[in-house]
Amino acid sequence: MLKYIAKRLGQSILILLGVSLIIYILIRCMPVSFIEDKIAQMNQGGATIPEETIVAMKEMYGLQDDSFLGILKGYANWLGNLCQFDFGDSFKYGAPVIDIIKRDMGVSFAVALVATFFEFMIAIPLGITAATHQYSIRDYIVTILVMIGISLPSFFFAQILQNIFSLELGWFPFQGFFNASTDSSPIALFFDKCYHLVLPIVTVTVLSIGGRMRMTRTNMLEVMNSDYIRTARAKGLKERVVIYKHAFRNTMIPLVTSLAGLLPSLFSGAMITEQVFNLPGIGNTAYTAMMAADIPFIMGYNMFLALLSVLGVLLADLMYAVVDPRVKLQ
Amino acid sequence: MENENIKETEELVLDEQSSAVTTPDEPHDKNVKLMSPTQMVLRRFFRSRLSILGLVMVIGLFIFCWVGPLVYTQWGSSEIDKTPSVSYSVKVIEIEGSEPFYQVIETVQTNNSLADPSVSHPLGTDKNNYDVLARLMSGGRISLTISFLAVFVITALGIVFGGIAGYFGGVIDNIIMRICDVLMCLPGFPILLIVGTLLQSETLGVDLEYRIYWLMGFLTLISWPGTARLVRGQILSLREQEYMVAAEAMGYSTTRKIFKHLVPNVMPQLIVSMTLSLGSMILYEASLSYLGLGAPVEYAAWGTMINVSSDPDILQNHFNVWGPPGICIIIAVLGFNFIGDGLRDALDPKMRR
Repeated sequence: MLKYIAKRLGQSILILLGVSLIIYILIRCMPVSFIEDKIAQMNQGGATIPEETIVAMKEMYGLQDDSFLGILKGYANWLGNLCQFDFGDSFKYGAPVIDIIKRDMGVSFAVALVATFFEFMIAIPLGITAATHQYSIRDYIVTILVMIGISLPSFFFAQILQNIFSLELGWFPFQGFFNASTDSSPIALFFDKCYHLVLPIVTVTVLSIGGRMRMTRTNMLEVMNSDYIRTARAKGLKERVVIYKHAFRNTMIPLVTSLAGLLPSLFSGAMITEQVFNLPGIGNTAYTAMMAADIPFIMGYNMFLALLSVLGVLLADLMYAVVDPRVKLQ
Repeated sequence: MENENIKETEELVLDEQSSAVTTPDEPHDKNVKLMSPTQMVLRRFFRSRLSILGLVMVIGLFIFCWVGPLVYTQWGSSEIDKTPSVSYSVKVIEIEGSEPFYQVIETVQTNNSLADPSVSHPLGTDKNNYDVLARLMSGGRISLTISFLAVFVITALGIVFGGIAGYFGGVIDNIIMRICDVLMCLPGFPILLIVGTLLQSETLGVDLEYRIYWLMGFLTLISWPGTARLVRGQILSLREQEYMVAAEAMGYSTTRKIFKHLVPNVMPQLIVSMTLSLGSMILYEASLSYLGLGAPVEYAAWGTMINVSSDPDILQNHFNVWGPPGICIIIAVLGFNFIGDGLRDALDPKMRR
């Protein structure tokens, strides 16, 4: 087991190296003049980016030297800093990248966590009813509904929600994270923030229910066809007991495993949803930074995402072995 | 397809005596129909109502996008409606001590923007005075074409790399699979945004009209690993089959063995994954367009047309501008997903009912 983990960790580091190389090459394709233009634009827009920051940034990524050796040196230099958790300073936000990621992760994490909770709470019962009533009207209706959920473009659905619930009915705020006027008590501010997060959470939940429901349904169908379910029925157990005690427990294996694979989506932020609702989450921040060619932030954020997805895959595989005793790791 | 004469087993009533007399090519009994595997798959596919629904949706969209402009010729997709419109609003102004008088305000609009649905514009016009229906058709053509191209390129790359990895194994397999691992851990959407920003720079000199094609091209370069893994997995198991030993004994070339004997047997799974990924490609393209990385306004695809959230007035009062493209996207993705699901059930031999 330990040997397996060590081997997988080694592989993960290699993968991360590959990812970092690709990201670095992409950034290097960006012409320096283009970056300078973007910085000039930002300076015109009121921001003041000191000359030293730009020089330091170029130094850090080796942008001033375009020879092959220079590129190589720049990459090594950047990688060295990365290993010390030094992601550099974002010039769009004027702060260390890591601080910005930490600052904005909270909102994204809150949205993703609540959405994931509701996703499981809604999708699993739906999946079970669809599987136990296979080919019935109920199965068809549930399937069609969740398929529509999968097919919805997030921005379109978010706009519909905005239109109905904030512009027409006025139940929820249109955009933003909190009302500027709410500077009273921290508790009121907290509830105000929660209130603003309702529509984004609904968007993310509806879009993700479909996949989870289909996963539950497929696994449930597979389990329902197995011998021990027939045995349980032959014993004369109640259908409820058969489904929830014998069948569903075995459906849990892939569900629990996939929970570990959700790690990246918990922290990476829903870029488009956050953008439509103008939430100060990590996805929105990253989008703005990318449009402004904020190199330190782009590189830092993408490495952060890659790290998360590598960890997610690793954790999912380990969870699989923990949950299912039949799986042996080698 | 090979083995044209395989009979669907559950339909075959074996008659011992007659089977001895008839030649294998003819049916044993006049009442027993011989079905090729293709026919069997089609029959199982059409048995499901959802897959028929999906087929109708997709075919309908294709007719709408390609035949539609031939029928609906009132407005071109990049034709600006310059009909001036005059609207009057009458206001009664009462001032104490004098007679009330009417104030008539005449508003003259030089362009017919944000018109409500009417006879001349069945879906109204948008902010830029374009006819929404005409743009819906042309946008659909762009979205569907790009998605199809992307899926074909991804599948081709997947077949080549997966085929090579699965067939040769060893070091080559290892290298290709590690590349797959790396590409799968790349954050796809952010990377596309970076490339989109890159393409903005003037030194690279990409025409804005073609930027979305470049972007989707790049997307194919990073999203073939899924298909490659599927192909590799299948080939690993197929490689051990007897007919491959036979092919080996016949002295066929490697290319022939891979592309003539192995790949056709992977096709069923590939077709399913292709149909399902068509839906996700349409969504990808729409999201990119939505974020402003698509074609410029004159050539806009569906995604661009939806992006009005910055303007609450259009969002609230002009659903006819941004609703239809969204509905089209849903129909397209839903249709492809239904077809993909139906095909998966039809092609899976375990699913026979």
